[in-house]
Amino acid sequence: MGVWSNLTGQNEAIRTLQAAASHDPGNRAMAHSWLITGPPGSGRSNLAYAFAAALLSRGPDDEDATLRQVQARSHPDLAVLATELVIITIDQVRELVKASYYSPSVGRYRVVVVEDADRMSEHSSNVLLKALEEPPVSTVWILCAPSEADLLPTIRSRVRSLGLRVPSIDDVAALLRDRDGVDPETAVVAAREAQSHIGMARRLATDPEARARRRQTLETALSIRSTSDAVIAAATLLAVAGEDAKSFTAEHDEEERKAALRSLGVAEGGTVPPALRAQLRAMEDDQKRRAKRGLHDGLDRILVDLLSLYRDVLLLQLGAAGEPINDSIRPALESAAGASTPATTLKVLDAISTARTRVDRNVSPALVLEAMLIAVSRHAVR
Amino acid sequence: MILVSGPEQFLADRSIRQLRDQLVAEDPRLEINDIEADHYAPGQLLTVASPSLFAEPRLIRVSNVEKCTDAFLLETLDYIENPADDTYLVLRHGGGVRGKKLLDALRGGAGGAIEVICLELKKDTEKLDFAAAEFAAEGRRVSAGALRALVQAFQDDLAELAAACQQLLADGDAQITEATVEKYYAGRVETTAFKVADSAIAGRHGEALILLRHALASGQDPVPIVAAFANKLRTMAKVSGNRASSGELASRFGMAPWQVQKAQRDVSSWSDEGLGNAIDLLATTDAAVKGAERDAVYALERMVSVISRRGDLR
Repeated sequence: MGVWSNLTGQNEAIRTLQAAASHDPGNRAMAHSWLITGPPGSGRSNLAYAFAAALLSRGPDDEDATLRQVQARSHPDLAVLATELVIITIDQVRELVKASYYSPSVGRYRVVVVEDADRMSEHSSNVLLKALEEPPVSTVWILCAPSEADLLPTIRSRVRSLGLRVPSIDDVAALLRDRDGVDPETAVVAAREAQSHIGMARRLATDPEARARRRQTLETALSIRSTSDAVIAAATLLAVAGEDAKSFTAEHDEEERKAALRSLGVAEGGTVPPALRAQLRAMEDDQKRRAKRGLHDGLDRILVDLLSLYRDVLLLQLGAAGEPINDSIRPALESAAGASTPATTLKVLDAISTARTRVDRNVSPALVLEAMLIAVSRHAVR
Repeated sequence: MILVSGPEQFLADRSIRQLRDQLVAEDPRLEINDIEADHYAPGQLLTVASPSLFAEPRLIRVSNVEKCTDAFLLETLDYIENPADDTYLVLRHGGGVRGKKLLDALRGGAGGAIEVICLELKKDTEKLDFAAAEFAAEGRRVSAGALRALVQAFQDDLAELAAACQQLLADGDAQITEATVEKYYAGRVETTAFKVADSAIAGRHGEALILLRHALASGQDPVPIVAAFANKLRTMAKVSGNRASSGELASRFGMAPWQVQKAQRDVSSWSDEGLGNAIDLLATTDAAVKGAERDAVYALERMVSVISRRGDLR
């Protein structure tokens, strides 16, 4: 079964979807709209595309070819809405709703996948309601979101929900080993440090710079003693987040620009005629929005890393069972645990989650980090 | 042919107006045409510049030459080679590289063109000179204190400053003193977010609140005000823990030495904890002015109060 391989640790969910996609004429497990929820990195969208491929294929023999088309997003009966920006706009949703009313052209179904359904605003979500409730017989909606609570109740009541588990560390490590050829030891460390986020684990395992950046983040946090340290460290971390984001977007931006120039018929290195500048500017604005999303994501990764750090410290302080996530810097963890009390550690954890809500609220990134690291600076001084 | 270049729109408008008045005084039959160079259609210039039956003098005012169309550029270049008789062409160029060929030709003396340069007045002394010249042109005496008070009150917009001068000239007494300016423009203070931050950081609570209100009333947005505070406190925090010389710190943090010295002076009366509290509150306030709380102005006042107490949360 080609479609369902490469998916880690979600056997129950896969069984449900397999039953739904079955070609058996007595199949009663199908629903018209699905919501796949699971923590970031659990493979929501991969599962959604696997399911889409299974639905679109005309039979078991056709599955591999269909999967390839789905992965290239070129299958004629597949409509996808994904975004690299902060939100999905209402116009994109309207376009998608229109597309959902066509009949399938080759397969049994027309499939509409919305990755990041949580990035739809309330307005855009409302546009979906009618289409989700009563799609044409042959249309299937698949939404993906981190949790059911991220969507409006009116959306939730119109879909069949399918929850994914957090894959175990061993599952993720095994995947890294088999798929990416990472050596077993690194794979386990990366899987644990990424807290089973498959994409992150893969980056940590394959990109030594990402690993170094993560380590630098943790060491910076542990060395903060005063407000002054905190502000300087915030600048460092912001630079780390920026680099992190840039490593994702810079290459992509450049390629996109080249492709756009080529399609506009401008020779490489030539001047852009004024009439075409507006188009390029629109693209650059989009890239800027993407860079902002990248920075937010980078910040969130830093905050999650710090959360794991202080979770470990608390674990040691309380003497609870369980393996520290950041076992590689155990001596530093122990000294941090010895220099503070569980109460102050909890305060830091609180400050970090406040910081995460502030990032969502569009507070200036420097201020978010500074305020949080000031709380961190008060952790150890007891 | 006259080229009016430079970014200060007010001065440009005024010189074009003066030119028109002068020409009308010379010959009241003057015919005036306006052309917008950014919406220029081919042939327009030739149409308005071609001689008429009664041979009136004419003034052609062209605006937005910095955004001109290609057709305009070509035809004007042609035109300045053989300009029409009794026709005055005024080109308004707001700065930038567009139309450089035309500018170069005019500056090179083609068609006997003259250039009027309208630069922005940035420094206070330049503005003082400008206001003094305004009064001198009418032959009125004005005290130095009155000039300073005027310039202080109208810092943003040169047009407003000029209008205020005209107002005083129109109905003021023979001698214009500080008292006159006070009578007309008292209580009007143009302030910036940085001035609010400075007085709050120095602990002058009352003054900081008044300045904050002035800033909000004269159109400042809450978000940049918080950003200005954050900028100040961030610099202070960076230099607070360091004993190194200001020059060294300046190069390490990429700031000017005077900024570092100022921050060092500011931070001397602050405690580390107070600074921490203040920055934490700034983050809360930033969220508040971006919609987390209902009253952005209250959030700003709370921030100013805590910062004037040097971060004491009481």
